[in-house]
Amino acid sequence: MKTNYFQVKFPSLPENISLSRVIVASFAAQLDFTLNELEEIRVAVSEAVSNCIIHGYPENREGEISLELTIDNGILDIVVVDYGRGIADLDLAKTPAYSTDPERMGLGLVFMESFMDEMILESEPGKGTRVVMRKKPERGKGHGGNRE
Amino acid sequence: MTIDLTRAGCILVVKVQGELDLSTSPVFRDKIETELARDENIRHLVLDLKDVSFIDSSGLGAVLGRFKSISQRGGKLVGVEVPPHLEKLFALSGLLKIMIICPTVEDALNTL
Repeated sequence: MKTNYFQVKFPSLPENISLSRVIVASFAAQLDFTLNELEEIRVAVSEAVSNCIIHGYPENREGEISLELTIDNGILDIVVVDYGRGIADLDLAKTPAYSTDPERMGLGLVFMESFMDEMILESEPGKGTRVVMRKKPERGKGHGGNRE
Repeated sequence: MTIDLTRAGCILVVKVQGELDLSTSPVFRDKIETELARDENIRHLVLDLKDVSFIDSSGLGAVLGRFKSISQRGGKLVGVEVPPHLEKLFALSGLLKIMIICPTVEDALNTL
């Protein structure tokens, strides 16, 4: 399969989370993902974009979110970036059930790690957060890539 | 997302349609909490989730919040017609340990 990419930037409004899920699922459907895998990807993206809005730009501060999608060698890469507050303690943020809000479960990063093959979280206080998530269809694993 | 509230005695039945995420979970929370505040006789909460097409940790957090509210009244939280993609996330989040799952609203009303 040929390399493909898609990039979009949008304001950190909760209404845009649903749209970001649709975009990523449509893009990911170019690979041989099962419906279950596509659902997992939708959850992971929803968590990543929600984190930008909740933690990157807290108290309804509006900022920009960048969503970059790439398909290369049969592998989907999703990069979600905000330019907001950043995370001071990445280890603490990754702790399951760590949340400062009683209405939240602190499972966003856990779901992202569980549902994707790889998840890399980079952050710098005051500059923003970048999350890279990678997934390859289960049906394509073990056969290597089929790059044209 | 649409939310329909109906009463069956001391049970509040909530039918949710659409996606439950950061954008929509405040509406879910506010509708139920307003009804709970309005009527102290509500004891149990039944969530009809058949038409919930998507849920993430924000939606799960909103369900957990309602479990806390109804537990404070000594009541129970029941999920009915839970689609497989929701049940998987309920299991991963631990919600299945604290809420009751029933096949239909009728079953839930008979159980409570």
